Amino acid sequence: MTAIPNLTPAYAEMFLAIAGMALLMVGVFRKSDPIRGVTMLAILAFAVAAVLSISTNGAETVTFNGLFVVNAFTGFAKLLILLGAGLAMLLALPWARNEGVSRYELPVIMVFAVLGMMMMVSANNLLSLYVGLELQSLALYVLAAFNRGNLKATEAGVKYFVLGALASGLLLYGSSLVYGFSGTTSFAGLADALTGAESNAGVIVGIVFVICGFAFKVSAVPFHMWTPDVYEGAPTPVTAFFSVAPKIASLCLFLRILVGPFEDLMDQWRQVLTVICVASMLWGAVAAIAQNNIKRLMAYSSIGHVGYALIGLIAGTQEGARGMIYYMLIYLFMNVGTFAVILSMRVKDRYVESIDDLSGISKTNPAIALALTALMFSMAGIPPLAGFFGKYFVFAAAVNAGLIPLAVIGVLSSVIGAYYYLRLIKIMYFDGSVENFDRPDYSTSLVMGVCALSVVVFIFLPEPLLAGADAAAAALFQG
Amino acid sequence: MIAATLAFYLFSALAIVGALNVIFQRNPVHSVLWLIFTFFNAAGLFVLLGAEFVAMILVIVYVGAVAVLFLFVVMMLDINITMVREGFLKYLPVGLLVGGILLAELITVFAGWVMSDSADVLRAAPAPDPSDIGNTEALGLILYTDYIYVFQAAGIILLVAMIGSIVLTHRTRAGVRKQVIGEQNARRPSDTLEVVKVESGKGLQ
Repeated sequence: MTAIPNLTPAYAEMFLAIAGMALLMVGVFRKSDPIRGVTMLAILAFAVAAVLSISTNGAETVTFNGLFVVNAFTGFAKLLILLGAGLAMLLALPWARNEGVSRYELPVIMVFAVLGMMMMVSANNLLSLYVGLELQSLALYVLAAFNRGNLKATEAGVKYFVLGALASGLLLYGSSLVYGFSGTTSFAGLADALTGAESNAGVIVGIVFVICGFAFKVSAVPFHMWTPDVYEGAPTPVTAFFSVAPKIASLCLFLRILVGPFEDLMDQWRQVLTVICVASMLWGAVAAIAQNNIKRLMAYSSIGHVGYALIGLIAGTQEGARGMIYYMLIYLFMNVGTFAVILSMRVKDRYVESIDDLSGISKTNPAIALALTALMFSMAGIPPLAGFFGKYFVFAAAVNAGLIPLAVIGVLSSVIGAYYYLRLIKIMYFDGSVENFDRPDYSTSLVMGVCALSVVVFIFLPEPLLAGADAAAAALFQG
Repeated sequence: MIAATLAFYLFSALAIVGALNVIFQRNPVHSVLWLIFTFFNAAGLFVLLGAEFVAMILVIVYVGAVAVLFLFVVMMLDINITMVREGFLKYLPVGLLVGGILLAELITVFAGWVMSDSADVLRAAPAPDPSDIGNTEALGLILYTDYIYVFQAAGIILLVAMIGSIVLTHRTRAGVRKQVIGEQNARRPSDTLEVVKVESGKGLQ
């Protein structure tokens, strides 16, 4: 009686769902070395999903009774997510071999996590938003505890699960308030219901709860407490995955929901987000100084980067959205590259994570030292490198939107943050050498080289990327 | 009409008594039993509202599965209730503060309650008409059409939950003997038995 919904826009998601189940079967029935085959097939599945999502990338299309939407913005966000997940998976393969982890469920769960992220990004209703978010979160809880024999990994999993469940609860409670006071959960309906209406306490409290839930997912201060422990406890390739793909997905969804249905309440959510953003930038810069474990350092670094990306969102303009997309693209390369370096920190067949282990590697492993130098300079925002442009675009958007104090705080905290990035370089080049690293694996070096190179040569090729980000931001603001 | 009103007050009062008992019982097993009692009363309230499908689901899923699971967990974990209560006074001020703030927020929210004029009209004439169609049928008609996307996604979430719990808990234990029927059937007397000719007076070595 009812016609079958238009499935074309959702081909990428459907393919990934089926691929995840098929990979599970491959893993179960393949006798020899299943993790290698399943990982390779999963990377292939990501590539196919990327092609499918590009091919559906065009005019805005809504399907599944308004629950699902694709446009240039969701297409670009999905590409970033798939790229980050694919690179993290390339890092996971040698790690699994070195650590003797032969469980093929790792790539399978990562595929389902990516599916959840793509569903989040394409959500067009609070209901589909929550379902996508929960699929993603559930997969991530399992990934955090994947190395279950390790006490720290178990702690990371339990902490992430308990706090994540609380954040989901906040999000749901906020959604229910928004639904109760506007009578609809669809983004289009919400935009209609909230246009021109005098601001109602119920809707605002609801939005604040939703923002809290999202702030937890992107690990913004004051909802960041789980981040250092989870980053430290989770297996390093999983941490690399955590630091890019879910962050990009949640930030994109954050952007879509706040400048979409809740655009007319910008005065209200701007205040909340400004506090979150300033706190994240400052705390990310200050707290990282005392860290001695490089994974914890990266956790605080990512808290700071989320703060910078949020500046673009607070600006609330097309320019700000473009800056934020741009920032996430650059952040992806910087972060995955740094985690590739962390994964090459192996002494005598054992992974090391302390900053002091980097001491003097400019003499023993000049290539790794050079790559990390480029990445750290970029993270600190030194001009010719990619990280500078990321920061420049969000700060420029903030200034043009009249948010000069925010931009000033951003610049100040990035100067504070530069201290610990530069400290790593100082340790590598000016401290005495301690121990030689083992020769890094082929795919780890590949990811490291590609990321470091793209950070360096970024200045020469921003045109096509800028065009993509422009189209994505424009799609967000055309409605 | 009076019967329905009476039933409403009966179910609500019993539900409140049950809920209070869940909190104040000393023995956690008794708490779970009172929880089951509360579920039954809530199911009764749903029947009064004309939502018989939800009522039955409540009994089947919550009483039949969730509460029984709770019972298992409570019995297996062997929680020492006095130890759980130890920190009660220490955390009381913080708990009261957070609870107070939330209460104040809720009051603000519900003070701002407004009813759309069209809401009453819509509520008076629900579509489809409840006298034409049963609960279950009406739910099924939208669950598998309008909300098929969310329905399928929920299925995938359950799949991930299943994979995850197996990944995190399943391990192959050493020294577990499993029955392999093929091996048993392939066993021949010649593999295990040896017929030895014993010469008299010598014995076996």
